[in-house]
Amino acid sequence: MVPLSHYLALSAILFALGVAGFLIRRNVITIFMCIELMLNAVNLAFIAFARHLGRADGQILVFFVIVVAAAEAAVGLAIIIALYRNHESLSIDDLDSMKL
Amino acid sequence: MATFFDTHFSLLATLVKIPVVLVVLLTVVAYAVWLERKVVARIQSRWGPYLVGPHGLLQPVADGLKIFFKEDFFVAEADRFVYLLAPFLTLSIALLPIAVIPFGESFTFRGHTVNLQIANPDVGLLFIFAVTSLGVYGIVLAGWSSNSKYPLFGGLRSSAQMISYELSLGMAIIGVLMLSGTLSLHGIVDQQRGFWKLDGLPAFLPHWNVFVQPVGFLVYIISAVAETNRLPFDLPEGESEIVAGFHTEYTSFKFASFYIGEYTNMVTVSCLATLLFFGGWLGPSFGPVPVRVLLSVFWFGLKVLSFLFVYIWIRGTIPRFRYDQLMSFGWKFLVPLSLLNILVTGLVVTWQNA
Amino acid sequence: MVIIFYLVAALAILAALNVILQRTPVYSALSLIVVLCALAVVYLLLDAQFMAVIQVIVYAGAIMVLFVLVIMLLNAGREEPVDRSRLARWLGVPLIVALLAEILFVIWRQFPPASTTSAVGVDGGPSAIGHLLFESYVLPFEVTSILILVAVVGAVVLAKKQV
Repeated sequence: MVPLSHYLALSAILFALGVAGFLIRRNVITIFMCIELMLNAVNLAFIAFARHLGRADGQILVFFVIVVAAAEAAVGLAIIIALYRNHESLSIDDLDSMKL
Repeated sequence: MATFFDTHFSLLATLVKIPVVLVVLLTVVAYAVWLERKVVARIQSRWGPYLVGPHGLLQPVADGLKIFFKEDFFVAEADRFVYLLAPFLTLSIALLPIAVIPFGESFTFRGHTVNLQIANPDVGLLFIFAVTSLGVYGIVLAGWSSNSKYPLFGGLRSSAQMISYELSLGMAIIGVLMLSGTLSLHGIVDQQRGFWKLDGLPAFLPHWNVFVQPVGFLVYIISAVAETNRLPFDLPEGESEIVAGFHTEYTSFKFASFYIGEYTNMVTVSCLATLLFFGGWLGPSFGPVPVRVLLSVFWFGLKVLSFLFVYIWIRGTIPRFRYDQLMSFGWKFLVPLSLLNILVTGLVVTWQNA
Repeated sequence: MVIIFYLVAALAILAALNVILQRTPVYSALSLIVVLCALAVVYLLLDAQFMAVIQVIVYAGAIMVLFVLVIMLLNAGREEPVDRSRLARWLGVPLIVALLAEILFVIWRQFPPASTTSAVGVDGGPSAIGHLLFESYVLPFEVTSILILVAVVGAVVLAKKQV
């Protein structure tokens, strides 16, 4: 039997990797993918707890997280396309027109 | 005597089933190519292959040998890893759904039930959809990695087409699921046993889902033809329209992988259509158990072959859709139609249960 | 069974490392797809058959296709410019390691591996999920349908070419 803490440890490691990628990378689309990685780590924690506590509500929450992630991915990628059209660059260092 | 064999029975049975199913599938795919060339040729008033072997039956062997001996080159600035990954991905993903398709009646052998199916998960049907949604990647990556205009357009068009028709494919099945109440393919076929009882008439209509879900069946067949990129929806790989579409820059075994993947998808979709709408392996059955099992496999094979024949017939007869016609047909006609089908089926099922 | 979890977990971690370390966005996207499929296998091990299949169909099969299409259309560069921020690397990585260590510490304190409570087990089949979704959670379900409509309209409006 795999103890619960191992599933949560995998979730924590994936989340930390997502945070690391989010802070380190310079390409807007890669940053977005690290956000998806973080969301998936959280989904794993939900499902591990659903099994541990014997209630399927955790899985329903994962369902809603996936739906929200889909909506967010669609709108976020549309924003990225609009940004690319205006700035011709996908590097987040070049998107600084609101800086003082 | 009873220990090792009986405790590991399911594992041993699976290990035996896998190579048998793979060999049969690949032979069927090879001869589906032969069948297509013959039937399309006859529709076009010509002979088709007839020189190699009687009636050209050894043509697939000759074709296979030819493809292996072709020069295997790489496109100059292609992304090497993705260029090699795409046909491999297409082929493996095409071969996966066969694992959950039941080919015939299950029987008991020394007290163990043997399903003629490599795996029987509770969510068997959804597994097939999951795998076919991953099938988009092979085409998209092939188009992109070839670093050339025509494959890129072919890949983009094909991925947009596939994800649009996946929707109506999924929704067409929901009517069947409402009637059968289970997602396991074995259960769906079991629910189609027997005959419809019409008042006063002897039972002559089998209890197949196509008679209660005609709209679902039509939407399913149209979406399936679109999903497998076949005529009239084969704009992404349309010969004479866009050179060879997304697999222009591929040769030798990589090209063959795309071809085998496409025909395997066709076979999978035909198997699904018979299982969901035409009663799978159910047919007139008699005799002792081994004869029954063989008869069930025979009926299943007959129905799948007739679907393949209809596929090829459609290919030889109907012209190609234009891309904007294709997309508006999928979104503006098929999706609302399948939603309407779900609504009506749901109402009827609720009214009958009330 | 137990071995499968550790193998798949190792695959997921390696693929996640690949996501954040690759220079080409297409390779990051492909590695993310591997992570998603590995997580789907872990969900299967956790009695969540329906969510595993939904993860593959929706996340790996639709959302990531959107990502790959956008990367292809924007021709997101083959090579990424050199990271200009040394601060992120020298200060950021130790901080992230500290974050991870903190989370692991909390987990280990709450759920020590040798604890006696074993998993209760849950029914993750489509019928159970369907009952829950349409009985207890029907309001959030309907609200998400409006959310998706808003997202579709928003995406079309934002990505449209201004004629």
